[in-house]
Amino acid sequence: MNRVVITGLGVVAPNGIGVPAFTNAIKNGVSGIRYDEQLQQLQFSCQIAGKPEITDELKSKYFTDLELRGFNSTGILYGVIAGIEAWENAGLPIEKNTEPDWDTGTIFGTGTSGIDKFRESIYKIDDLQTRKLGSTVVAQTMNSGISAYLGGKLGLGNQVTSNSSACATGTEAILMAYDRISSGKAKRILAGSTSDSGPYIWAGFDALRVCSSRYNGTPNQGSRPMSATASGFVPGSGAGALVIESLESALERNATIYAEILGGSVNSGGQRGTGSMTAPNSLAVQRCITDSLKNSGISATEIDAVNGHLTATTKDSLEIENWAKALNRFENEFPYINSLKGMTGHCLSAAGSIESVAAVLQLHEGFIFGNTNCEDLHPEISSLISPSKVPLKTKNYNLNIIAKASFGFGDVNACIILKKFDNELL
Amino acid sequence: MNKDELIAKLKVIIKPYTSNIEAYENLSENTDFISDLNINSANLVDIVLDIEETFDILIDTTDMQRMLDVKTAVAIIQSKLDAK
Repeated sequence: MNRVVITGLGVVAPNGIGVPAFTNAIKNGVSGIRYDEQLQQLQFSCQIAGKPEITDELKSKYFTDLELRGFNSTGILYGVIAGIEAWENAGLPIEKNTEPDWDTGTIFGTGTSGIDKFRESIYKIDDLQTRKLGSTVVAQTMNSGISAYLGGKLGLGNQVTSNSSACATGTEAILMAYDRISSGKAKRILAGSTSDSGPYIWAGFDALRVCSSRYNGTPNQGSRPMSATASGFVPGSGAGALVIESLESALERNATIYAEILGGSVNSGGQRGTGSMTAPNSLAVQRCITDSLKNSGISATEIDAVNGHLTATTKDSLEIENWAKALNRFENEFPYINSLKGMTGHCLSAAGSIESVAAVLQLHEGFIFGNTNCEDLHPEISSLISPSKVPLKTKNYNLNIIAKASFGFGDVNACIILKKFDNELL
Repeated sequence: MNKDELIAKLKVIIKPYTSNIEAYENLSENTDFISDLNINSANLVDIVLDIEETFDILIDTTDMQRMLDVKTAVAIIQSKLDAK
């Protein structure tokens, strides 16, 4: 089994495009949630959203004019920007070689692809204009569009695929990359996930009445994970990317090592017991966490901090209960915990990767970002764990091990164990 | 429209799709879209749509599949214009 490390980071988040802006945002509690006029016009109950703002100038840095002709896929836009940032951040070159890089691949997930392009095409098709669709509808709307775009831009010759497991997609992608590298099938995988923006991706959640609708006038207070006054999640979008690499290859290249992946676990509650299409089977959640510890060869007491899924729905208290039971750590014994979603909203299929980038930054730079909009911690949570474990302000803290989990529709779970990497211990 | 005028119009349409600037500058009747201009074969579909719009003509799939170089493209466009 090869040891596996993280050597590159890239992010397109509602509260920061690019790693420097995002790091600054999470340290300072900068919210990326804004009032969304389109959602208001379409009479959504939730009229606020976390949407990355991409300038035309930034677009043309990552796409050719030809690629931008008829381009209408926010998910591919965010994923390409985050993916290439991670690649360059890892110090890897973009070469115009004739042979692909056989040792490097990408596992870049998404829930849907190019939903706006799909909508545009459907109107044309029904208007009997199929022959005028142009050549890029398939590339923009196939689920693997994002991995295909990245694979071509970077010349990747190992596995190039897109996974999909709802809101666990990003975390699962990292674990799939970990598996492939630890088993020696690849040296390097660009792992991550992306999620489209806009009403056509978010409407289904609004219809389920699970979105935050009481804060339309005060957008940056709308996403309230773990708060007593949480009223649902704020829809978001974006992309996160990580270059995952064998330790051997990272050391050979003298790359910056941001963290080591000790292991992790993915499972499903099978929509049995308390589980359903939309609700978690708590036994499966706890098992996913304990399996991650076993797989990583660490004990529950070694976890310094948890980066939760914690979306700001009524299920937050249950998630805390599951962590506490799985780790068998309660009250003051519970590790620090935070949720990025207070600042970004719930970035759906991109959530796991964006939040993993945040978790890795905490390990690498030694801080715990504060929980936004959680001044009134939910009493069900404070009855399980000490409120001091839910920091409201960012604090400098030398973390060694973080557990990051994501959970998704379909009763699916993913948990990764990340460890600070110390060069001197080699 | 004479042949030179037609080629000049075609050249404007082709520009965004080619990555070989030298071959593009020296574009002639004998230029091949794929082997000379490095145009992605899927983009030939977009070029045909642009030609249809510019010249207000309709190019069927059989003609499109033959349209792989400047000479054939010009001949097809000319015949469609003559038939108008």
